[in-house]
Amino acid sequence: MADGTSQDPDLLGGQPGSASGEPPSTSAPPAPHFTSLLFDESSGKAAVRREDRSSASDLNLDQIVKTVTGVREERDFIAALLYQQLGDIDTVHYRHEVYRDLEDQSLLERIQQFADLMSKVRSHLGQVEKMQYLHQREGWFLDAASIYCDAVRALADGLSSARLDSRALRAFSAFLTGYVASATFESLVADTRDRQDALAQIRYCIRIRGGRVDVSRYEDQADYSAEVLKTFERFKQGAVKDYRLNYRTWPGMNHVGAQILQLVARLFPDEFSALDDYCRQHAEFLHETVRRFERELQFYLAYLDYIGPLRAAGLSFCYPDVTAASKEIFANDTFDLALAKKLVSEGKPIVRNDFRMEGPERIFVVSGPNQGGKTTFARAFGQLHHLASVGCPVAGTAARLFLFDRLFVHFERKEDLTNMRGKLEDDLVRIRKVLQAATSNSIVVMNEIFTSTTLSDARFLGKKVMEKVIQLDVLCVYVTFVDELASLGESVVSLVSTIVPENPAQRTYKVVRGPADGLAYALAIAEKHNVTYERLRARLSA
Amino acid sequence: MKAYLLHQEQDFNFVADLPPNHDDLIQDLELTTLLEAMALGDKFLYEVSARVVLASLGDPEAILYRQRVLADCIAEPEIIREMYAIAVGALEDKRGIWGYGSQSPSLILSAAVRQLEAAVIRLKQLRKIADDRAERFHSAGLTTLFRTLQRELDDEYFMTMGYHLKQLRFRNGELLSAELDRDNSGIGFVLRSSGSVKRNWKERLGMGSRSSYSFTIPPRDDAGANALSDLTSRGINLVANAAAQSADHIWSYFTMLRGELGFYVSCLNLCNRLAVKEVPISFPAPSSWSQRVLSFSGLRDICLALRAEQRVVGNDIEANGKSLIIITGANSGGKSTFLRSVGLAQLMMQCGMFVAAEAYSARVCGGVFTHFIREEDSTMTSGRLDEELSRMSSIADQIRSHCLMLFNESFAATNEREGSEIGRQVVRALLEAEITVFFVTHQFDFANGFHSQRAESTLFLRAERQSEGQRRYKLAVAEPLPTSFGEDVYYQLGGWLDSDEDPDSPSGSAREASASNLDTSGRVRQAE
Repeated sequence: MADGTSQDPDLLGGQPGSASGEPPSTSAPPAPHFTSLLFDESSGKAAVRREDRSSASDLNLDQIVKTVTGVREERDFIAALLYQQLGDIDTVHYRHEVYRDLEDQSLLERIQQFADLMSKVRSHLGQVEKMQYLHQREGWFLDAASIYCDAVRALADGLSSARLDSRALRAFSAFLTGYVASATFESLVADTRDRQDALAQIRYCIRIRGGRVDVSRYEDQADYSAEVLKTFERFKQGAVKDYRLNYRTWPGMNHVGAQILQLVARLFPDEFSALDDYCRQHAEFLHETVRRFERELQFYLAYLDYIGPLRAAGLSFCYPDVTAASKEIFANDTFDLALAKKLVSEGKPIVRNDFRMEGPERIFVVSGPNQGGKTTFARAFGQLHHLASVGCPVAGTAARLFLFDRLFVHFERKEDLTNMRGKLEDDLVRIRKVLQAATSNSIVVMNEIFTSTTLSDARFLGKKVMEKVIQLDVLCVYVTFVDELASLGESVVSLVSTIVPENPAQRTYKVVRGPADGLAYALAIAEKHNVTYERLRARLSA
Repeated sequence: MKAYLLHQEQDFNFVADLPPNHDDLIQDLELTTLLEAMALGDKFLYEVSARVVLASLGDPEAILYRQRVLADCIAEPEIIREMYAIAVGALEDKRGIWGYGSQSPSLILSAAVRQLEAAVIRLKQLRKIADDRAERFHSAGLTTLFRTLQRELDDEYFMTMGYHLKQLRFRNGELLSAELDRDNSGIGFVLRSSGSVKRNWKERLGMGSRSSYSFTIPPRDDAGANALSDLTSRGINLVANAAAQSADHIWSYFTMLRGELGFYVSCLNLCNRLAVKEVPISFPAPSSWSQRVLSFSGLRDICLALRAEQRVVGNDIEANGKSLIIITGANSGGKSTFLRSVGLAQLMMQCGMFVAAEAYSARVCGGVFTHFIREEDSTMTSGRLDEELSRMSSIADQIRSHCLMLFNESFAATNEREGSEIGRQVVRALLEAEITVFFVTHQFDFANGFHSQRAESTLFLRAERQSEGQRRYKLAVAEPLPTSFGEDVYYQLGGWLDSDEDPDSPSGSAREASASNLDTSGRVRQAE
């Protein structure tokens, strides 16, 4: 169990005296206080949180996190947040609010564009530091400032025209409106545009003869390449290969390029001296609050990026009703998020499952044919609760989930299959630890334990575990091949994985209450392939 | 400049996706035999023929356009083969010239100039054929081709090309224009027509700002020299591209000419083979779908005719107005052969070819689809039905109204009652979608079900057993009979179950191995 907290201040939240939302040097009224997209720091209460990576690999959360974070600049920050289970419902709601606001596709697109542009600004400023020639450095700097201005203004527009309900985005929008109206920002925008316009007008010619280079103004000489193309135009047969070599900028301009640029600057002295002044005046244009917003935004964007293609493939996500007051949990049309990612990328269908616990029900005992999706169901159950506790939207059309104090996962260990006794012992030791640490507010997910022993042993030990689980009143998923465990009392719900009746080899991943059964009929196969009269008729008239 | 020999006003798309069911068509109709006879061992012709044959035309006029070109080709095969040789030669010239693998625009430019010079020689050869032989051709496709060659490639144009090919070797320095990129480095280098740079009057009088500054890199500055040559490269980047693309355009003209002529050359090859075998050919009469025409006489399975040592018998059918043709009857009675001959003739007609028949009239369909029993299918019955229905399902994804669907012993992987029920449902849905269906079947329940409906639009054909069990391979209009003749064939072959060779073989009566038609008949005849 790797409980722990990170040293990242944003993960700890609550930074008294951190960047204020107020633009410098304006007399505008103070904007509502924005501090964080992740935690409501205005409430004064510290959020309850614990970082838990113990179930990451069994639940395939590690795969999910790895794909969510990808190669993003803030990947470590995002990963830490994704493993950080929240213990207070208010922070879960605080994040749900932001996610709900981001359901607005046009707002999300603008915010995404903002994030992309900001990342470009940072990479430009990084380039500037590496460059040797003054005029080139100034060019990159001007470009960075221009992207920044566009990004900030577009975001301010986007936020002010969107309907915002989240506390976090409303506060930030108020801050941004003030910032964009400030004199500092306005002059940055105006100066940037003037400098760019002036430079964009410049056209020049170079003539290369041996080692000599003449640099002059351009005087409308005709394009010779066009003349050649025109001559051979009558043979044109549609698209052909592009033989142009891809010449773009080369980082760190060489001395010949620099010499040419120097002569261009002499041909156009006004444009270049104005550029010098501009760079001195706006040396520190990036606002710290904008920067923090953009960093925390990555948590939301990364997760939405992950679930976007799944939604496009027809899968639903919902904001679970997270509660610590009731164990009557349910989820509709839910699925394993890691498996869904893989299947969608392969264009394969995803089977969704429902589950529901009512009244005294606490434990799902999942049995049934192998390869039927039992483990997948257990994983999905665990993932669902973990991600709900992080404040993310979860897989399904609707869900009520329990805000647990700890999530325990016990999956079979694959290693050391020769030492049966050792493995059984190890299983027992691990389970005892879980059962000792679990409280009635915990969630326990167990998969195929005691497979290293005889059926009667497994039956005996399984019963013992179940009795303890029942006594703990803990929410539990128990995957087993021991059928008897499914009927140990009113708190136990029996679920079975199912098979396709006409094709027993096919995996369904469907887990339902009750027994499976089916018969092979030719017409059922025809039905499966959609080639019965009715289905064919519909398909052919489509 | 275009070849336009396969379509009146467009290039044939040789890289278009083949119809999704092309593998089934090739396998079920044994198209490989046809294509090999067209290609005569030439891989390129094989590929061209496959693409043209599989990409059916949908319009009777478009079919007639190709038929007329093909008729011209059959009348003047030598000239067509000579033009084809020029196109092939041009593309061989191209391969002989060092190509564009280089990362330097100046190397790209000089290779492009050499390629253009070679191409000009081949273009002159084509022009000469046009000047000398054009009047022997009458089809719209070929007369337009010759007229275009004479108009577009006149003597003046050959002179202009020669001028530019000299200019493009230019070595008097380059004049480039440029703009400032966002980082102030140069971009947008464009090579300019190199006139002398004039100073304006103010400058000449020493007034105003100068419009030109210079520097010279020191002789030992290798990095500087490299940077300059890099700049030059940027400058001629576009013109090198222009020249190389122009060369490519000319090669694509030759490529298109080679491909389109290649199809007709392939048809000429096939024509020769069929003449040797004395197989009758004729140009089919295509009509629009609404005409409900299907009749032919002496129709052969062209692939069987190409392989067989003996002459092959043709079938005569009049099926005008019929949308369901059910074929029943004796094993090895030529049912599969008949079914293939229909599919092949339809495909050949719709790509503009002649067909192996004395006469053939049919409506133009939206596509030919085949669902043939597969001998190599797994032996597990449930798995096989699953596979058959899965193939049916992918056909349903593709097939639409006005298509032609050929079934050969389909849905026989389960018992007759179930198989017939599936067959009936499938066929009913297809007929309602205005799809013409040919169905070869042993399933009496299925065939009789349709027979008892006495529909005007259904035709029943039967493979007849001749006296003494000898097959004529000719089908007759006749209602289905409740038994098959598998036993009969079995005894003719001498009963392999009595030998200890193959005790687990599937019962011969139920299967008509598509490839064994010929062997069986051969053996039967030798035995007599």
